[in-house]
Parts: sequence; C-alpha cells; structure tokens
Amino acid sequence: MIVELTEVAFARSGDKGDTANIGLVTFSDDLYQVLLEQVTADRVKQHFNEICKGEVERFELPNLRAMNFLLHNSLGGGGTVSLMLDAQGKTFATALLRMEIDVPEELLETTEEDNQ
Amino acid sequence: MRARTGIRSEVAPENDPAAVELPNEHVVRIGSGQGFWGDWQEAPKLQVRCGTIDYLMLDYLAEITMSIMQKQKERSPDAGYAKDFVSLMVELAADLVDRNVRVVSNAGGVNPSGCRAALGIGLADQPLSRRPRVAVVQGDDLMSSLDALIAEGHELTHMDTGEPLSSVRDRVVSANAYLGSAPIVQALQQDADIVITGRSTDTALTYAPLIHEFSWDQDDWDLIAKGVVAGHINECGCQASGGNSLVEWPTIDLTVPGYPIIEAKSDGSFIVTKHPNLDGRLTWATVTEQLVYEMGNPTEYITPDVVADFSTIELQDLGDDRVLVTGARGRQRTDKLKVSIAYRDGYKAIGSLTYAWPDAYEKAKRANEILRGRLDYIGLVFDEIRTEYIGAGACHGPLLAGPPSSDLPEVTLRIGVRAPDRNAVTRFTREIAPLILAGPPTVTGFADGRPRVQEVVAYWPALIDRQVVEGRITVETLPL
Repeated sequence: MIVELTEVAFARSGDKGDTANIGLVTFSDDLYQVLLEQVTADRVKQHFNEICKGEVERFELPNLRAMNFLLHNSLGGGGTVSLMLDAQGKTFATALLRMEIDVPEELLETTEEDNQ
Repeated sequence: MRARTGIRSEVAPENDPAAVELPNEHVVRIGSGQGFWGDWQEAPKLQVRCGTIDYLMLDYLAEITMSIMQKQKERSPDAGYAKDFVSLMVELAADLVDRNVRVVSNAGGVNPSGCRAALGIGLADQPLSRRPRVAVVQGDDLMSSLDALIAEGHELTHMDTGEPLSSVRDRVVSANAYLGSAPIVQALQQDADIVITGRSTDTALTYAPLIHEFSWDQDDWDLIAKGVVAGHINECGCQASGGNSLVEWPTIDLTVPGYPIIEAKSDGSFIVTKHPNLDGRLTWATVTEQLVYEMGNPTEYITPDVVADFSTIELQDLGDDRVLVTGARGRQRTDKLKVSIAYRDGYKAIGSLTYAWPDAYEKAKRANEILRGRLDYIGLVFDEIRTEYIGAGACHGPLLAGPPSSDLPEVTLRIGVRAPDRNAVTRFTREIAPLILAGPPTVTGFADGRPRVQEVVAYWPALIDRQVVEGRITVETLPL
C-alpha cells in the first residue's frame, strides 16, 4: 500500500553550516526494514532535488529504529549567510515525510504503543 | 551550595544486604535550564525551585553566537557575554545557595571574566547565607595568537571547503577552540559553585559534573561517551521534553514545561526525566527526536574528550516521563580540537510585503518581477537575490505538485539580497516601500518600515592540534 512516510515515521531536522540533517524514526522493527530498503540516499536526493545541491549521505541507527540523512549544500550557504526563510533546515523533517513508500498493509496496524 | 557532596545517596538500612551489592546507588541530577541564548527565562528557575537537582546546566552558545558577542565586545570592552545569565543568577542566587545547586554554563561567551565581574556586582547586595565561589574557564580564545598559529603552520583550513584561513584572515572577527571537560572538572574539584566558560563544547556542561562526581577516568571512553549522550539530550533544553515534537505536540501542554533532567549513576546509565509538577513530556519518541537532532555521522560523534557512537545507545521508556538510556560506547578522542571562527562576509537585507485574495500568489509574483526589474534598472549588483512566497510554498515549495492555488487568502513576498557592498544593500531596502503604491493591489504588511541592513558574519569551522590549546581556570569567592 502506498502511503506518505508521515503515516509510519517521524523526523527532526537541523543544520551544520550549509548541510541539513534529517533524523527519520519509525515505530517498529518491521517498518524499519521497509524504510531501510526504500528510503535510500538516492531517493532522498531525488526527493530534495531542487533543494539539495550536493550529495545525500545516509547513516543507520537500528538501535533507535532511525536513519540520519545529511543533505549537503542545501541551506543557501547556511547560518548567517543564507537568505532562506528556513536557513536552519528546521522544516526539512516534514518535507522528507511527504515521500511516498510502499508498506505491507499488515504493518500499518503498528502503533506507537507497540514498540515500548 | 554548602557542603559539597553533591551526590545524594539513597541510604538503605544497614541490615539490607542488597545495599552492599548496589554499587550504583548514587544518583546525580543535572537539570537543563537553557538551550540557547534567548531561551525561556523561567525554565532555569523552575528547574531549581520545583524539585531537586544537583547541577543546573545553561547552554547559551550556538555556532554563530560567539561572533555576535565579539561584536558587542568591540563596541564595549565590558560586554561579550550572555547578560541575561547575570540577571538570572542574581535572581536565583539565594535558591542556589540554600538548595545546594551548582551551575555550569558557557554564558561567558568571548568575555568570561567580564561575566564574572558583572556577577560580582550583581550579587554584592544580595543577602546570601554564603558567598558563592565562581570559576572562570579561559584559553579557548585564539584571536590574539591567530597570526602566530598560522605562522607556525596551523592553516586552520575550512573543514568543508579545505580553504586555508589566510584567504579571509583580515576579516576574522573571532576564533575560539572548543574546550573539553577538563577545566570544568578542575573548577568543580576546587569547590566552584558557578562555573562560567567561554567556548566549551556544549555537551561537556553536562558530562563534566558527571566526571567530577563519579571520578571517571578521562580515558574511560565508554563512560565519557555515555556522558556525551546525556549532554546531547540536555543541551537543547525543552527539545528533549516535548518541545518541537512531531509525535507529541498535539496532545501535550507546553505552557509551563519542565526542561529535561538527567539522573545519572556512576556506571553511566541515566534516566531522562523532568519535574512531575511541570508541563511537557518525556517518552522514547521525544528523546529519540532529540538524539538525532543536528547529528552528523552517528558512529563518530566527535567531542574534545571522546568519539562517541550513538548507534550503541539503548532506550527504554519506563513511563511517567522517565526514559532510561544505557549502552553508549566510545573510542579514544582525536588529537584535534574544533575551532569556531567567524569572519565578516558582506551585508544582507530581507524585506517582505503581503498580498491578499484574490490571486494573492500571482500578485506577489508580479511584485517580485517589478522589484527585480527596478534593481536592474538602477544597476545594483548582488551576490544573490532570493525570492520566497510565504503561504505558497516557501518551506517545501519545490516538493509540491503544481503551482499554488489562486484561491489562497494571502501570500507574503519575501525577498532578500546579499552583497559585499553595503550601499547596494542599503539601496535595496529603499525599493520595497515604493511597491505599495507603484505595484500590484491589495498589499499590506509594511508597517515595520524599511528592512534592516545586517552585516553577515560567516562561520568558518576548522581543526587545530590539541596541544597548542590550553584551558585554564581561576576560582574566586564573590563578591571580590
């Protein structure tokens, strides 16, 4: 079933210079496997094509069911140089959550309570 | 701030054999009170007054804060630190003394001794049962030795671009090395009640007290890595206790939030919690959101004291706003320290006008075209001109399908310019208002007048050999 990432994950984003980082977190180990397969660095680069001028790196944190993405050259120079409204990339988190992925229907039953 | 045991032991009855077998019974509580310069002023007061903590951690410094403080110091040699820290300490001093809470803060900015001097004046007429001992940590400021360092071969190349600092040397405003925990630990060993640092690494404000309280070895990488994780959770204030939480925001009250508190044991395990009588929330989700915030490579979280591996952290949500954090591993620290350098990089200004329905987006777009045409007509040259349409995709615009609706209630045109030439930027700020009469209709949002011309102070991250930087402390009882 095709859903937006926001149905199965949450995220927080921030900045280091001209690089934005997005931490993407999901609710179960099974969902994490789905995200690992589908939310690749290449797809994230495509998703942010007009925003991210540089490379996208992905790091895995299975212990937190999380991935961290670094989006290089994405903040108009970053920090005080940038003319962007979102010069710190604070809204990149939900921008990523707009991405569509294919999730087996049975996994969509997973709720936050299941994963304590 | 009387006797300095700091550690509260949960004393078990003598006949309880379990007491002997529990080596980790001591708990140190470190409350986060500020996550940046400008954070909520009530938060640290609530941390101290609404429950028990042993240390109050106050983080004021972001990447660019030092350069702002440096500019203030240039205008007035006594300035250059977080002034609101001084008023906060004056207001809280009696509570800190009576409740035996010690303070660790980087409020000193580029002038830690000036910060202590102001604190001395502020506390002079306070009726305190005991005069606090205040430590100042210095040695992070490399500005006066910058040329000597470059001459000795320290190129201070930009960590991202590889350019040597010499290319912008004449425009450098400030240069500060990130000091680690050692000077703070020394200050605490010398019974400092309040430790004021300049550019110390943010996380050390939390883990230095742990190193001190538990007598951790400075090369016990796993323990210090656990402290770094605690510091990372604490350093952004309310962001760990429900602030900015995508998961929790719809269902929590953040009116009077409790900021996070680390309850640590000597084995490095800790519980993140908050005072139960305050708003906010602590769950595995809020803590995870904060753990991934401003993360680089999670297996190489580099600090002056250790390289921590965030992929080894284990979280357990215990309920009732308590999250147990264990497991973090660390590796030997690197032989470099990060240096935060700021340099002047031209000027910028950003102006805005708001257009109302109907065709709000189209009107804003037309205004942008007119404005850009006039900038050309006048012959102004900029490094960059950037237009965004607030309400019509300023944040996620390129990801949206199709153009914005013509039915939007209003759209704000936001246009910014940047140039080395201040005059060009100043002239730009005079080109916004004419659009009110000589531009598209139903325009408003100009009551604040011309946009402000801002000097751009850009950030230059670099590395330096750790042996050329030496943190040093002075501890004095106030007022002098």
